[in-house]
Amino acid sequence: MSLLLYGLITGILFGLIMQRSGILTYEKQVGALRLIDMTVFKVMLSAIIVGAIGIYFFKDLGVIKLSLKGTSIGAQVTGGLIFGVGWALLGYCPGIAAGALGEGHVDVFWGILGMLFGGAVYAIIYPFMKKYIISIGAFGKISLPQILGINHWIVIVVFSILAVILFRFFEKKGL
Amino acid sequence: MKNKTLNPYVAGALIGILLVLSVIITGKYLGASTTFARGASVIEKAVGIDYSKFDYFTTKKGKYGPGSLPNWQLMYVIGIAVGAFIASKLSGTFKVKAVPAMWKNKFGSSSLKRGSVAFIGGTIGLIGARLAGGCPTGHGLSGISQLAVSGVIALVFFAIGAVITARMLYTDRRN
Repeated sequence: MSLLLYGLITGILFGLIMQRSGILTYEKQVGALRLIDMTVFKVMLSAIIVGAIGIYFFKDLGVIKLSLKGTSIGAQVTGGLIFGVGWALLGYCPGIAAGALGEGHVDVFWGILGMLFGGAVYAIIYPFMKKYIISIGAFGKISLPQILGINHWIVIVVFSILAVILFRFFEKKGL
Repeated sequence: MKNKTLNPYVAGALIGILLVLSVIITGKYLGASTTFARGASVIEKAVGIDYSKFDYFTTKKGKYGPGSLPNWQLMYVIGIAVGAFIASKLSGTFKVKAVPAMWKNKFGSSSLKRGSVAFIGGTIGLIGARLAGGCPTGHGLSGISQLAVSGVIALVFFAIGAVITARMLYTDRRN
C-alpha cells in the first residue's frame, strides 16, 4: 500500500517540477527535436548528472542498489530508432505525455490510446523480436565503468564536463 | 511574473534529487513506458481477449501481465498528470488545447488530423520503447544515471530517430 502512495507522491512531484519548468508542451518537446529550443535537453542532462552523482554516492555507501537494464545492441538500436519516430510524431514521450494531459493538451489523449494499442501490438510481435532482434549483441547488465575498466567517478566527472561544455554552447547560441 | 518558469538546470537538478530519493526510500528507479504495455493487458482481460496466449504478458512470472497492476509505476504515471494539473491550475497556465500552435502552423487546425498522427505516434513509440526496454525516463534518466551501457545506446538512438523524423515533418517541401 505505502509503495503505491510513494509512487503517486513521486509522480506528483515530478509533474510539478516538469510543469513549472514549462517543458510539457508540444512546442518545447518538438522544438528540442528540431534543435531550435534545447530546454528539454538541459533539464534531462542536468537531471542525469545530479542523478548519477547521487546514485553512485549512495551506492558507494551501500545504501542503494543499481538496477541496470540489460544491454542488447539489436533491441536498443532498433527499438531506439522506432521509438524516436513515434516520439516525433506524437510530440511527447510516455512520461511527458501524462504531464501534458494534466496541463490540458488534449491531443495527447489520442497518443495515450495509441501507446496502449502499441503495448498490445508489442505483445503480439514479442516472440519475433525476442528471437531475431533482442538476441543481437546481447551483453546483459553492463555499465560503462565496467566495460571501460575504470572507476565510476572518472566516468561521472567526464560526463559532467561534457555536459557543462554542451550547456555553455546552448547558452551562447541562445538555444 | 507569476508565470515565470523554473530555470531548466534547477528543474533538472530537482528531478535528479527526486530520482535519488525515490531509489533510497523505495528502491524504485523512475520509468513510464511499461505501464502502457501493462495497461494493454488489463484492457485485453477486461474485454475478454485471452491475454495469456501472448508470451509477453505471461513471461517473467507475469511481470507485464494484468496481475501486475496497480503498482508503483502506474501510480507514478497518474501522479505526473495530477502534479502537472495542480501546478498548471495554481500558476494559471492550465489551458485546454486540441492542436498545438507549432503543429497548426504547419499542418492546419484539424484536430482529427492531429489526433490521428498522435495515435499513430503513440503506437509506434510504445512498440519502440518496449523493444528498447525503456523510454527517455527509464533508459535516459534512470539508465544513464547508473551509467548503464543500455541507457546510453538507447538515448542516442531515440534522439537520432526523433531528430530525423522531426526534420522530415517540418521541412518545407516547396523549397
